[in-house]
Amino acid sequence: MKTSHNRLQRYSPLDRANHWTMAMAFLLLALSGLAFFHPAFFFLTHTLGGPVWARILHPFIGVVLVLLFYAMAVRHVRNNLLGGNDVQWMRQIGDVLNNRDDKLPEIGKYNPGQKLVYWALVVSIAVLLISGVIMWRPWFAGYFPIPLIRFASLLHALSAFVAIVTIVVHIYAALWVKGSVRAMTRGWVTRAWARHHHGLWAREKEENERRERH
Amino acid sequence: MNNSQNIIARSATTTPPPQVRNDVEEVAKLIDVSKCIGCKACQVACMEWNDLRDDVGDCHGTYDNPRDLTAESWTVMRFTEYESSDGDLEWLIRKDGCMHCAEPGCLTACPAPGAIVQYANGIVDFDSNHCIGCGYCITGCPFDIPRISPKDNKSYKCTLCSDRVNAGMEPACVKTCPTNCIEFGSKKDMLARAEKRVGDLKARGFRDAGIYDPAGVGGTHVMYVLHHADDPNRYAGLPKDPRISPLVGAWKGITKPIMSAIIGITAFAGVIHYVTKGPKEEPEEAPDDATPPANRGGDAGHDASSGADPHSLGYDATRSSRSSSDAQRHPPGGDR
Repeated sequence: MKTSHNRLQRYSPLDRANHWTMAMAFLLLALSGLAFFHPAFFFLTHTLGGPVWARILHPFIGVVLVLLFYAMAVRHVRNNLLGGNDVQWMRQIGDVLNNRDDKLPEIGKYNPGQKLVYWALVVSIAVLLISGVIMWRPWFAGYFPIPLIRFASLLHALSAFVAIVTIVVHIYAALWVKGSVRAMTRGWVTRAWARHHHGLWAREKEENERRERH
Repeated sequence: MNNSQNIIARSATTTPPPQVRNDVEEVAKLIDVSKCIGCKACQVACMEWNDLRDDVGDCHGTYDNPRDLTAESWTVMRFTEYESSDGDLEWLIRKDGCMHCAEPGCLTACPAPGAIVQYANGIVDFDSNHCIGCGYCITGCPFDIPRISPKDNKSYKCTLCSDRVNAGMEPACVKTCPTNCIEFGSKKDMLARAEKRVGDLKARGFRDAGIYDPAGVGGTHVMYVLHHADDPNRYAGLPKDPRISPLVGAWKGITKPIMSAIIGITAFAGVIHYVTKGPKEEPEEAPDDATPPANRGGDAGHDASSGADPHSLGYDATRSSRSSSDAQRHPPGGDR
């Protein structure tokens, strides 16, 4: 333990296991879902073993994602409420995108961009679940009137679109901000990283450490 | 699938389907509701020709048997006892089944390439071999016709006996109908016959008699002569102005290429941003990050009163070697 002073724990082993299970589920869902979304993507049904298997498996994987996602979302809701310097940070989105980080206000565990990803997924995954159950054959669709199934099908496509765009942004942000991927694969960030990107969170973590030491 | 070279529309396909053999006349089945006696011979003929044997139904107080279309009952006589405002009782019987729309909602909605095709003669056929069982055809159909079989999770409906028609025969139901209530021929001929029949009915006092060939779906290749064409709903809920629902239109229409493009553009924007603006590099260690190990490791590891369990922070032993080499790589003084 003697040289752990350089690092801060950001994601617990459970967080990481959950994140990467969700990532795999989301990937399979997005690929198989896109296959039914537009003929240009139909070949993607092969990611789940062909068109019929894709139709069968897609909703079950969806249920797995929903369970994992909301188990995570409930635990992190407090860190994802907008507040503090968030509005100011959003106003300076130009500085964010141009990597002028030294001009940005200090923020907590998640920046407003991450919080938007969180809320976009909280909402879109809920809509995907409800509309998905209404469309789900052969198990549930038969219990719903056809006009409702039509509405659900449209909503499912729209919310899937929102979710996929959100995840594309999420993945890009992780590749863009060096050190983020390691945070989610290994769990830790450097103190410098924490202070630079999430100053308020770093200070809180370090204060906790001090309190625990004394 | 009998002829794979006269297909004018194919589900989930964005290029032209094979259609050079399209010098064929559009066909139509004409059902003159006013001549139907409800004998159900058409239902039997349909079962017989198509080798379908549905489960025996139950009696539930109407003449409808089976109660509804199923994957193994592609046509059903629907009986309506209609009481007019002046107290007359009319017994309306309508042979229900696929209408073979010129603009088929099922084909529009279907995500499986080639599972639904429309032949040049107007017949809309399910190639159930390519069906994936998603039920989108049911979602798309304005007439609530397709049914998914619980046995194989494939969708089925009337084929207009495409196999018979392809060989120059009329559909089985037409062949068997004892009153000539169901007729079959070119759509032009059937419309002419229907006009004549509407004239007869009007002469006999049915002022609202008319042809049911709804324009909202581009016309159909199964048409009705109705004595009350002003109110088709009276015939067991035949829709007055059927069309592909705008919700289905939005779901399957322009939104998808737009949404697909935005997903692609978002990813592309990421690539461009990365190569023009560059990543946010890992910040270098500040001098005070290198807190002397003696300050921390010593008490954290041995001072029980501190209550700090090193493992509670999730730190693991493998980090120590990495961390010290980090410190070497980033000598103090590199704060940005």
